[in-house]
Amino acid sequence: MSEKSSLITELETLQKQAEQELAGLTSESDLQNWRTQFLGRSAMVMQIFRRLPEAPQEERPGIGQFANQVKSTLEEKLATKMEAVKASALQESLQTESLDVTLPGRKPPRGRLHIQTKVTREICRIFGDMGFQVFQSPEVESDDYNFELLNIPAHHPARDMWDTFFTTNESVVLRTHTSPGEIHAMKAFNPDPIRVTLPGMCFRYEQMDANHEIQFNQLELLVVGKDITFAHLKGTLEEFAKRMFGQDVRTRFRPSYFPFTEPSAEMDVECFVCGGKGCPACGSKGWLEICGCGLTHPVVLQNGGYDPDVYTGFAAGLGIERISMLRYRIDDIRNFWRNDVRFLEQF
Amino acid sequence: MELVLSWLKEYVDVDLPLPELAHQLTMLGLEVEDVRLIGLPMPTGENKGFTFHGLEWDKEKFVVAQVDEVMPHPNADRLVLCRLNDGQGEHTVLTGAPNLYDYKGKGPLDKPLKVAYAKEGVRLYDGHKPGFELTTLKRATIRGVESTSMICSEKELGISEDHEGVMILDDDAPTGAPLVDYLGDAVFSISIPANMVRCSSMIGLAREVAAYLDQPLRMPDLTLPKGEGKVSDAVKIEIRNPELNPRFVAGLIRNVETRPSPYLVQLRLKLSGMRPINSIVDATNYVMLEAGQPLHAFDYDVLVKRAGGKTPTIITRTAEQGEKLTTLDDVEHTLEDYTVLVADTAGSLSIGGIMGGQESEIRPDTTDILLEGASWNFINLRKSLKYLRINSEAGYRLSRGVHPTLAEIGVRLCLRRMLEWSGGQLAEGLVDNYPLPYEDPTVTITTADIKRLIGIDLTAEEIAGLLRRLMFQCEVNGNAVAATAPPHRMDIGVGVNGRADVAEEVARLYGYEKIPSIRLDSELPPLRSNPKEERNQLFQDTLVSMGLQEVISYRFTNLEQEQRIYPPDARPQGEEYVELQNPIAVDKNVLRRSLLASVLDNLERNARLRERLALFEIGPVFWPQKGQLLPDEPMRVAIAICGLRYPSAWDQKDKGNFDFFDLKGIIEGLLKALHVTEVQFEADSNPSFHPGKCAVLRVSGEKMGWLGELHPQVMANYDFGEHTRVQAADLDMDRLFNLSPKYFETNPITAFPPVIEDLAMIAPENITSDEIVRVIRSTGGFLLKQVELFDIFRGEQIGAGNKSLAYRLTYQAPNRTLNDKEVGKQRNRIITNLEKELGVKVRQAE
Ligand SMILES: [Zn+2]
Repeated sequence: MSEKSSLITELETLQKQAEQELAGLTSESDLQNWRTQFLGRSAMVMQIFRRLPEAPQEERPGIGQFANQVKSTLEEKLATKMEAVKASALQESLQTESLDVTLPGRKPPRGRLHIQTKVTREICRIFGDMGFQVFQSPEVESDDYNFELLNIPAHHPARDMWDTFFTTNESVVLRTHTSPGEIHAMKAFNPDPIRVTLPGMCFRYEQMDANHEIQFNQLELLVVGKDITFAHLKGTLEEFAKRMFGQDVRTRFRPSYFPFTEPSAEMDVECFVCGGKGCPACGSKGWLEICGCGLTHPVVLQNGGYDPDVYTGFAAGLGIERISMLRYRIDDIRNFWRNDVRFLEQF
Repeated sequence: MELVLSWLKEYVDVDLPLPELAHQLTMLGLEVEDVRLIGLPMPTGENKGFTFHGLEWDKEKFVVAQVDEVMPHPNADRLVLCRLNDGQGEHTVLTGAPNLYDYKGKGPLDKPLKVAYAKEGVRLYDGHKPGFELTTLKRATIRGVESTSMICSEKELGISEDHEGVMILDDDAPTGAPLVDYLGDAVFSISIPANMVRCSSMIGLAREVAAYLDQPLRMPDLTLPKGEGKVSDAVKIEIRNPELNPRFVAGLIRNVETRPSPYLVQLRLKLSGMRPINSIVDATNYVMLEAGQPLHAFDYDVLVKRAGGKTPTIITRTAEQGEKLTTLDDVEHTLEDYTVLVADTAGSLSIGGIMGGQESEIRPDTTDILLEGASWNFINLRKSLKYLRINSEAGYRLSRGVHPTLAEIGVRLCLRRMLEWSGGQLAEGLVDNYPLPYEDPTVTITTADIKRLIGIDLTAEEIAGLLRRLMFQCEVNGNAVAATAPPHRMDIGVGVNGRADVAEEVARLYGYEKIPSIRLDSELPPLRSNPKEERNQLFQDTLVSMGLQEVISYRFTNLEQEQRIYPPDARPQGEEYVELQNPIAVDKNVLRRSLLASVLDNLERNARLRERLALFEIGPVFWPQKGQLLPDEPMRVAIAICGLRYPSAWDQKDKGNFDFFDLKGIIEGLLKALHVTEVQFEADSNPSFHPGKCAVLRVSGEKMGWLGELHPQVMANYDFGEHTRVQAADLDMDRLFNLSPKYFETNPITAFPPVIEDLAMIAPENITSDEIVRVIRSTGGFLLKQVELFDIFRGEQIGAGNKSLAYRLTYQAPNRTLNDKEVGKQRNRIITNLEKELGVKVRQAE
C-alpha cells in the first residue's frame, strides 16, 4: 500500500489542527469546548469510525487502529494540557486572592472577670494548693465580732488602728477587716483543725485619694491546730510570696502589733518593681509591706472555742488591691470600683 | 516619734553605721520611716532600703565662731558688721540678722556670741527663697562692703524653717570646731506600734537599743539637791478615785526666771517636732521626750491665791456632768462625768493628763512652780480624749499607758532641768500620793512554750538571758522561767495573755529573721465544700463566657441614687436602709439595697465610652430586718446590656441593637449552666421595666427576679448617652443556686437518625409561645426531643389579631429508626390538641 488512505490523511490533518488549537488554549472552559469539538460524539475522529465503510475492506483495521491512536493521543494531550491549565489557574487564584493581613480582626464579644476577682482567685488557688479552704462571712458586723472578740475592747488604744464606719446602730459596724471571719470560722469548726482563707470586702473611714479607699478587698488566712508555730507562719507566707511574686523573691519578717495576734509581724517583700533599690512603688524603701500576720492571740482562740493551752494558730491579712497595684503598676486605687471599662478591659 | 541620735547616745553607746541602726530598730518593731541628717555626711555603701536626706556640712567650711563685736554698717541701717573669730583668725562678716541689732555699737562684747559660720564656696540652703533650695555662698559686695562668708540661720543649715535671725549657740560652744562635730545629728522618724508606747521617749528607745546590743543603759541622774522648806508643807494631794488616778507626784520650785532655754535644748525640741517656748515649759516637754512622762506645771502663786493664802490642796476627781473648764488654748470644754480633773478647793484647774487650764498656766512672770507628774487610767483617758477631740503629745502617751514609776522619775528629771535652765530654789522632797501601786506581773514561761509557739529550741537560761536584756527580773527553775515585767512597761499581761506577751518579747529579741521557716506539716482539716465560693464562680464564669464584663461596685450609695431605678411616681416609700452614722460623704450615706442600681450606675458611667456594653455584677445587698441586729446580705446577680448586639468591625454593617431577647438568651444560658428545671418566664409588671417588655423569672414556681427593658421614665433618670434602650435583670443568686442540682442526668448520644418536621400555625396574639410549646411537648411524647421556634410573622394574609409561628420538631428514638407512620401519628395528635386547647390552627400542606 503506497498511497495513504484519504481517511488517514484526514485524520493526520485533524490531529495536527487539534494539537495546534490545543496549544493556544488557556482556560478550562476552552479546553471543554476543544474536547467537544475534537473528541465529542460528533467530532471528526468519532465520525471516522462511522465512515470506515467508505474505505476498502482491507484498510479498515489499519484506519480504525490509527483513529484510536489519534483519539488516545489527543486525550493524553488534553489531560496534560488540562493539568497545566488548572495549575496555572490555581497559581493565578492564589496570587489574586491575597488578603491584607494587617487589617484588624473582628472582635468577638469577650467577657471578663473584674481584675480583683481574678487576683483574689489566684491567691485563693495558691493557698488552696497548700490545703486552705475558702470561708466567707458578712460585710456588716457587730462590734463584738469586729472588735471585742478579737481582743480589741471598747476604748482600747488599739481601736485607733481602724477608722471605722459605724451604722446608726452604734454596735453595728462595716467590718474594718476580714478578721471577724476568724471567729465565725472557729465557732463553726471547733474542735477541728482549721486552714482557711477569708477573702472579702472591708471598709475604712478614710479620705479617698490615689492610695486610700473606703472599701477594699482583704484576704485573711487562719490556721488553727495542735502544733502550729511561728516557724509555720513564716514558711507558709514565704511559699506564698514565691508563688505570687517569683521564686527568687526575698522576704523579711519584722515585729509589729495587732491585738488579735501575738507575736505579731509584718511580712515585707523585696520590691519587685525596683529589685530593692528603692522606687516610687515601694516609697523608696526597697521593701513592700505585703501582709500583717502573727500567732493567733490566746484570747481570740478562747473566743473561738479553742483552748490556748492545747491549740495554737496563726493569721495573716493581705490587701488584694495593693497587690494588683504593684503587679500592674496601677497608680490610683480608686480605679477598682469606678469600673471604667477602659480600665477593666485592660485585663 | 523622732529619735535624735545625739540624745539617744546619752543613755546608750551606739556606734552602728546609720543604715544598720535603722535596720535594727525596724527589726525590733520600731519601723524607721526616714532618716534626716543634720550636717552629717550621707552614709556610704548599702542603705538597707532606708531614705536619708539632709545637708552635709563641710568640716572645713562650717565652723563654730564667736562674734566679738557688732558694728553698724556705714551705708545701711538694717545691716550690721560683725567682728568674728573663727578660731583661725578674725573676719568682718556682714549680716542683716535682726537678733544682732541689740548688740550694735556696744563695743567689744563681754561675752562673745557663739554662731554657726559658713565660709566662701559652701553649699547651703538659700534663706530668702521659699522651701529648701541649695545655693553656693559667693563673694559679694553689699552696699560697698565686701562679704565672703556668713553667719547662718537654721534654715540655711537645714535645721528648721527659721530664718528670722541667725542661730546663737550656747556659750560653751567651742570656737573653731567644725560645726558638724558640735551640732551634727541624725533624726530617725519612727512609727511606734500601739503596744510599744514605752518607746516614745529617748530613754525608752535607748532601752531597746541597749537590749539589742546587749549594752548597759545609762539612766540620767535623778537625785535632787537639798531644798528649802518641805513640799509637803506647801501642798496637799488628795486622790478621790485611785482607779482612775493611781499616782500623783508633785514637786515645788520657787523664784525661777522664765527665759529662753539653752540652744541645744531648743534644737532637740525642734528636731523632735516641738516648739520651744520658755525654759519652764521647755523643761516639761523635754523630759516628756526624754523619759516618756507627761508633766504639768502650775503657777503656784495662783494656787495659793485660790486657797485664800492657805496651803493649797490638789484634788483629783471626776468632773460633775456638764462641768466646764477653759483650757490654756482658750477653748471652753463641757466635761463628761468620767473625765478626771485636777482641781483644788476652789474648783477645777486642768483636765488630768490631757490639758492644763487657763487660769493656772505658766506665764512669763511666773516665779513659783508646782510640778505635776501623775499616772492616769489610760482607757478612761482615751475615752475623754475622744469626746474632747484633743490631740496632744501627752494625751498620745497617757492614752496608751505610761507606767506609774515614770511619774516620779519624770518629776525628778524635770525639777533638775528647771533648776539648771531657770534658776530658783527647790522645796525639799516630793509629795508622792500613790494609793494604787501597779503590780508588775510575773509570767512563767517554759522551754516547751517557746518551742510550741515560736518553733525554736531555747534553754531556760537562754530565755532568761533574752528577757533580762529587756530588764525582766528572771528566775530560772528547771525548764521554766518566772519573768517579772520591768517597772516601765504596762503591755505585759497575766495568764495566757502574759505568756503570749513574753513569748513575743523572746522572739523579738531573738530575731524574727533567725526563726526557721517550715511548711505546714500538720494534719489537714476535714475537707468541706465552699458553697458560697462555688456559687460565685459558677455565676461569674457563665456570664463571662457569654461575653459580659464583670463590675464590682461601692456598697455605699444614697437614697436618690438608689431610687433612680424607679419612675418618679413609683418610688417605694419607707424602705429600710443600713444607714451610716459617719458617712464619708453625703452621697455615700447608706448601703445599697439594689444591685440593679449599682449595675446601672456603672452602665451610665461607661455609656458614652462604648457603642456596646454588657455588664454584670454579683454581690450582696443590705436589707435591714426587724428584730435582727445585722441586716440580711442576700447575694444578687444583676445584668445590664445596651447598644450593639455584635461588636463593630470595619466591614460589619449589622447595626442591630440588644433587645429583650438578647437578655433573655443570656439568662437562659445562665439557667442552663445551673441545670435548673421548671423554668418559666411570665409577662409581668415591675415599675423599673417597660410594662410590655418585662418578665418575671420563676424556677420551680419560685420567683427569682425580673428582667426586661428599662421603663422610659427610668431611662430618663440616667444619662446613657446615645443608648436609647437598656435591657436589665436583677435575680436572686442564693435561691437560684439552691435550686441548682449538683448532679444531673445527661442524654445519651444515639446513632439512629432523627426525624425533623416543621409545623407552622396561626395563633391568636394572646396565645404565648410558651403555651404552644407546652401543648406540643405534653402531646409529643417521649420521642419528641426538641421543639424550636424558627419563624414568626404577622400579616394580612393570616388575618388581623393573629400571628404565624413555625416550630421545628425533632423526633428521635434511642434504639431504632423512626418511620413516618409513627411520627405522623404524633403530629396529628399535636394538631388536634393545639386546636382543642388553644384554638391554634396548624397550616397543613395542601
Ligand atoms: Zn521599689
